[in-house]
Amino acid sequence: MENLRLLFDAPILSLQLLLDGVLIGAIFALAAYGMALVWGVVGLINVSQGELVMLGGYAAWFLYRAGLHPLFAVPLAAALLFVAGWLLYRAVIFRVVDKDLFTSILATFGLSILIQQLANTLFGADVRTAESGFGTLFLFGGAVTVSRIKLISFAAALLTGAFLMLFLKRSRMGQAIRATAQNARAARVMGVDTDRVYAWTFALNAAICGASGALVAMTWVVHPYLGLPYTVRSFMIVIIAGLGNVAGVLFAALGLGVAENFAGFILGAEYQAAFVFTLLVAILVWRRFWLARERRHLQ
Amino acid sequence: MIASSALRRRLLLACGIVLALLFPALAPAYRSQMALLWVMIVFALTWDLLGGQMGYNSFGNVLFFGVGMYACVLVQRDAGLGYYTGLFVGTAVGALAAVALAGLLGSGILGLRGHSFAIGTLGLGIAAGELAGGWDFVGAGGGMVPPLFPGALGGRETFFYYLCFALAAATFASLRWLYAGRFGLVLNAIRDDEDKAEAMGLRTTRYKTTAWCVCAFFLGLSGGAVGNLLGFIDPREVAFAGPTFGVWMVLMAILGGKGTLWGPVLGAVVFHVTKELFWTYLLGWQRVALGLLIVVIVVFFPLGILGWARERWPERFGHRIEDGAAESGR
Amino acid sequence: MSAILEVERVSKAFGGLVANKEVTLRVPEGAICGLIGPNGSGKTTLFNSIVGQHPIDAGSIRFQGREISRLHVAQIARLGLLRTFQQTRIYGGMTCMQNMVISVPTSELGWRSMFRKSPPSDLRKAEDLLHFVGLHAKRHLRARDLSFGQQKLLEFAMALMSGPRMLLLDEPTAGINPTLINGLLDQLRQVNAQLGITLLVIEHNMRVIMNLAQYIYCLAHGELLAEGKPEQVQKDPRVLDAYLGAR
Repeated sequence: MENLRLLFDAPILSLQLLLDGVLIGAIFALAAYGMALVWGVVGLINVSQGELVMLGGYAAWFLYRAGLHPLFAVPLAAALLFVAGWLLYRAVIFRVVDKDLFTSILATFGLSILIQQLANTLFGADVRTAESGFGTLFLFGGAVTVSRIKLISFAAALLTGAFLMLFLKRSRMGQAIRATAQNARAARVMGVDTDRVYAWTFALNAAICGASGALVAMTWVVHPYLGLPYTVRSFMIVIIAGLGNVAGVLFAALGLGVAENFAGFILGAEYQAAFVFTLLVAILVWRRFWLARERRHLQ
Repeated sequence: MIASSALRRRLLLACGIVLALLFPALAPAYRSQMALLWVMIVFALTWDLLGGQMGYNSFGNVLFFGVGMYACVLVQRDAGLGYYTGLFVGTAVGALAAVALAGLLGSGILGLRGHSFAIGTLGLGIAAGELAGGWDFVGAGGGMVPPLFPGALGGRETFFYYLCFALAAATFASLRWLYAGRFGLVLNAIRDDEDKAEAMGLRTTRYKTTAWCVCAFFLGLSGGAVGNLLGFIDPREVAFAGPTFGVWMVLMAILGGKGTLWGPVLGAVVFHVTKELFWTYLLGWQRVALGLLIVVIVVFFPLGILGWARERWPERFGHRIEDGAAESGR
Repeated sequence: MSAILEVERVSKAFGGLVANKEVTLRVPEGAICGLIGPNGSGKTTLFNSIVGQHPIDAGSIRFQGREISRLHVAQIARLGLLRTFQQTRIYGGMTCMQNMVISVPTSELGWRSMFRKSPPSDLRKAEDLLHFVGLHAKRHLRARDLSFGQQKLLEFAMALMSGPRMLLLDEPTAGINPTLINGLLDQLRQVNAQLGITLLVIEHNMRVIMNLAQYIYCLAHGELLAEGKPEQVQKDPRVLDAYLGAR
């Protein structure tokens, strides 16, 4: 806990942690937005969300190894993951769409284990980074450092999110998706091919994860096991913000990024993962007691 | 007719028990694997109590397994008892610690429903692993090593085989007794419609917590046994192994047919044998194959083996609805 | 006759929507009262408030003289006030007999008795009640395999098994074959007369409720519109207006 004292002695440290937290938070927001999309439209909680992010990261890394600058890898990784998502939907997901929520959780969890182990076997367990070579910014006379790539990732994440929102609002498929989210049966009656909508939604989600993953590869590291924490983060953010609340997702995600950063600093890096998972339980239990005051149940 | 079929079943069970007791002599090379199979059966049965009978699909039961394991080895390390005393006191302490934890967390965690419970317990199990992985007192990332078995060479495997078998038998018998009484019915009522159960005045929290404590008890016992059987405790890979043991618990019960007594047992056997085959013949790809198996089971066999058997041969596996003794009240 | 249920100026709003506004009603012990009103008038919300499914915003609810507005559903059920659901809720995965047996009064379900089998007296009582509602032949069927009407009867039998002092019935004849409705009315009258169970019934079927109830309350737009004996309420112009939508 000496680190906690450090925060009070050198407040500029808090600024550093805050900044880093906000910057990584945008990437969390992107993954969370995708999860909310699938949850709201298809009615499915995708526990393999983090693995899709991981795959996006590896896609970016391989492209980087092939000579492509990581920044261009972002849209490419998104495109690759779109295809992967479509294939996953056609192979597995469509079979659990109309089943109960537990089946879809278990199925996507199985999928996440499959993808994770596949990555581990094919790519090896080493951590990788896609170097972007953008260097570091020094603020406040060197007391606060910001790697430029993190700033760029932040912007890229927000841009991707905005692009997705535009797509959902303006395009025909986007409108079909929104109609299905509101009332699938009515949409079907109106001629919407809900199966295609579900496939598109899942594939779009995969693309979003691909983009997030590519950003993660640039700003952090990728390894086969980075998936589950991302899934849990996305779930937490969606739970806090509620489905359909885009601004809420963003703020919750940024908040989570900051909280994680501070926790990692105060408690030590080896406890950062523990913090994420414990926070999940704490949020769920707190929310349940809060709802119980209204005698409503947490579903 | 009925009498002889019950007799036949009893005879089969007796044969099975005799075989199980003679196993170390019959196939000594597989003692440890079979010991683990008995533990898998405990895993599946306890998960089914909560998930299949009560409808609370937990991904975090492994929490109690790990707590039991750590508590046991701590006792063995620090209490200064002889090996066997230490082991038995340790497993008992492990079980009690697990039950205490279940009782403590029960009102909070069991108040979650549906997907919140599933993912919340998943987080709980993994959080425990991460916390243990950072705590120096219990060895942090390096884990702990239980004391060496004092007996003759080969005695260790035989000892733990019988220990695990006894555990599995005790778990099965206890659950059978529980399901025979009204407690089983209350759990089923909670599964089918918890709001209705509350509207009828049932003290659902009390029964949910009790069920979880029962799970915790047997999982806590197994924790101590397995920790000593394997000879080392790793916080993430062995004790609080969410993505392996934690998921397998769910899978085995579903594979065999959840909500039944023999389903989880069957599922555990099939799953464990398949897993061992994968490890032997698909080395390098065994985990991938296992992940694939999980998806296949969940997507294509949600009813499990017994569920499928029930549909296929309702006369033999279904339940009687005409006049007769069969399934009248409990 | 003393009132077994006293609802006084109960109000409940969900967000901006006012579901109940200052509703007052009294149900005398041993009586059969009706609660009518067009769709959306707040009848089921009132039931939910009474049994403790949600907290009320204002007012008081007393059962057998005891304030229950702050109690939870299970506590109120244990006091002897039960309700049936509009959508009919039973334990689908269990057989009818099991549904019945698990509905014994919880005062009889002591901690230790939970781990024993049901006593033969419980089984007999369950069979008798299933006979009473006409489900005896189906007693080993899984509840979810019953028809909707049969499930309704099962739910009713389960409520009786619990030995309540008062039953809130939410549209007990909805979905029942019209030829069987008279039989159900007889059953309701019988449990009221012989077992002394007070009934408060939400109904849309006017013929049923006017024949069954001794006193009727009519809600509209969340407020109490009219009350009185069936003959009076039937002719009340405000009630007719509310149903025909002149308001």
